[in-house]
Amino acid sequence: MSDITLQAFMAQLTIGLIGGCFYAMLSMGLAIIFGLLNIINFTHGAQFMMAAFLAWIGLTQVGPWLGQPDLQVNFWLALVLAPALVAVFGMAIERTLLRRLYHLDHLYGLLLTFGVALVMEGGFRYVFGVSGQGYEPPEILQGPVDVGFMLLPKYRVFVVAASLLICLATWYLFERTKLGAYLRAGTENPRLLQAFGINVPVMITLTYGFGVALAGIAGVLAAPIMQITPLMGGSLLNIVFAVVVIGGLGSILGAMLTGLGLGLIEGLTKVVYPEASTVVVFVIMALALLLRPAGLFGREA
Amino acid sequence: MRSRVIGCTLGLSLAALASGALAAEKVSDGVVKVGILNDLSGIYSDFTGRGSAVAAQIAIDEMGAKVLGAPVELVAADHQNKPDIAANLAREWFDQGKVDMIADFPTSSTALAVMEIAKQKNRVTMLSAGVAMAAITDKCSPLSAQWMVNTYALAAGTAKALLKAGKKSWTFVTADYTFGHSLEKDAAAVVEAEGGKVLGVSRHPFPGGDFSSYMLKAQATGAQVIALANAGSDTINAVKQAAEYGIGRSDKQVIAPLLTYITDVKSLGLAKAQDMYLTEAFYWDYDDRSRAFAEKYFSKMKRMPSASQAAIYSAVLSYLKAIEAAGTDEAGAVMSQLRSMTIDDAVIRNGKLRADGALVHDLLLLQVKKPAESKRDWDFYHVKAVLKGDEVYPKPSDACPLNAKG
Repeated sequence: MSDITLQAFMAQLTIGLIGGCFYAMLSMGLAIIFGLLNIINFTHGAQFMMAAFLAWIGLTQVGPWLGQPDLQVNFWLALVLAPALVAVFGMAIERTLLRRLYHLDHLYGLLLTFGVALVMEGGFRYVFGVSGQGYEPPEILQGPVDVGFMLLPKYRVFVVAASLLICLATWYLFERTKLGAYLRAGTENPRLLQAFGINVPVMITLTYGFGVALAGIAGVLAAPIMQITPLMGGSLLNIVFAVVVIGGLGSILGAMLTGLGLGLIEGLTKVVYPEASTVVVFVIMALALLLRPAGLFGREA
Repeated sequence: MRSRVIGCTLGLSLAALASGALAAEKVSDGVVKVGILNDLSGIYSDFTGRGSAVAAQIAIDEMGAKVLGAPVELVAADHQNKPDIAANLAREWFDQGKVDMIADFPTSSTALAVMEIAKQKNRVTMLSAGVAMAAITDKCSPLSAQWMVNTYALAAGTAKALLKAGKKSWTFVTADYTFGHSLEKDAAAVVEAEGGKVLGVSRHPFPGGDFSSYMLKAQATGAQVIALANAGSDTINAVKQAAEYGIGRSDKQVIAPLLTYITDVKSLGLAKAQDMYLTEAFYWDYDDRSRAFAEKYFSKMKRMPSASQAAIYSAVLSYLKAIEAAGTDEAGAVMSQLRSMTIDDAVIRNGKLRADGALVHDLLLLQVKKPAESKRDWDFYHVKAVLKGDEVYPKPSDACPLNAKG
């Protein structure tokens, strides 16, 4: 312990924060979907992976396919396009499959989304193999910035800024606007809302699409950092579920703050006792469930 | 060439017809059947998978698909990296499928499970991808061969070469499970025996996601070598994220992954992998013989073979040659024939099979090229040195009873 300098400590905290941003973005999507649809969306990881692949395909594959090697969908366009496509895909699943399950037990939704995730992962694995693909962030974001205590890759700074912005915007949308009020009302009493002339089924579809799009944005942002493989979402999903449980199922603010906080705690664990870094999140989850079963920010039912 | 092959095959079949009764006696069940048991869909499917079966088929075709007048057949299945599934498949293959030899096993636990069954049923196993030391130490079998490398040889190859180049201080980033620990232990032993120093170890959970923490920690030790005792996507991510932070980009500090396949370098890209040192037993662009085999493989798979896929080719070819020389496919006789031969083909050079099942042969010390130095796809490595088998393979272990006897 004594050999850890302040610089190294700060460096690890920064890395923890970056990880936390991904947790926050992914768990917000999950929380939104659970809050409004009552579906535990196990396809979240696969949708995250799918967006990363779509961005990679746009950046490196589309040109050669069309016989124009120089043509590429640039990163900024991919950042909008890939999540949009994944959201459309998600909404199609909601319309055709999920919709039939709303009146059934949670378990059915969980099993269905789990199955869809397996099919998606299998499909990508069959086509692209498992070793993974990669692409570079746009040139303007390459190289490091000197933040005093370490050299921080510009791209990672961008990721933190972008995800914090997206998280705050999402929180504002759901908690502070009229649209958000409708959405929250929809969970309480869909019939009443329908009586006010609001098309609740469409609203639900769009909300699912929005939650999926958040996973998609995270996927595109993660791609230059992680290796793009069919398995990349699955391994992250466990932790993200723990984040949602600790934050309080369905709580958007809870998902955001818990995501960031757990990222930092994980980063710290990696300095002090790396072997425990994957477990620490689940230890906290167990404690949270013992002490506050509804989660840190959840409302008691 | 083609007409000659057809001629040979015709000749062989005629001979087979003439000595049909005899062949049936020499070859059990009247057929020599090779089984490929590996990962067809999971994390190891890129460096084994379908490509392994293709490599095996190339070897079988080179033998004219016949030995001792009996046809040679190939079966392949997915063991999903699970020992119980591998054991069930192997049992079925041995009991009902007429399979005489099973090869590949990218997960060592599956190999160890099947080795045991093969011993009971008097059949052969050849570990072309399984690299655990246990297969040639305490779990060794007289009917098994580890046809490519083991963790010690991989670690020793890279470690000795770097130490010789004056890189004396080391730190490890290790996958926190059996494989990582044993790779780290073997490498650390070599480093210390050769006058080097291990400054630190950081262990990461398996499989890991973000390695920047561990790589920064390793960098902070100031060691000249950051050795990666992990594999597959863990290695790829560690190298990739180190590159983001500029780690391992100077002569003062290099990254040395102890187990890397060419498929890993392919997916990392040269920009990120450049300058790394690694040890492999096969590189397709080594000489004319290796290129000839690799081009055959490439025409079928549209990619170059990994070292373990190449090893399958050599293992199957040697196995079939040994049957021919021994005049029988009985497991014990084939193994002693293999032990008496020098293995030298497109893939394995100066190979000698030891009593404990270790195939001792030349390994290659490779350095990843810079993007500008690469002339085509898959042109990835400078061959820095040929490492003689005796220098890098571990001494026969007392833990293996077969060694004690000899």
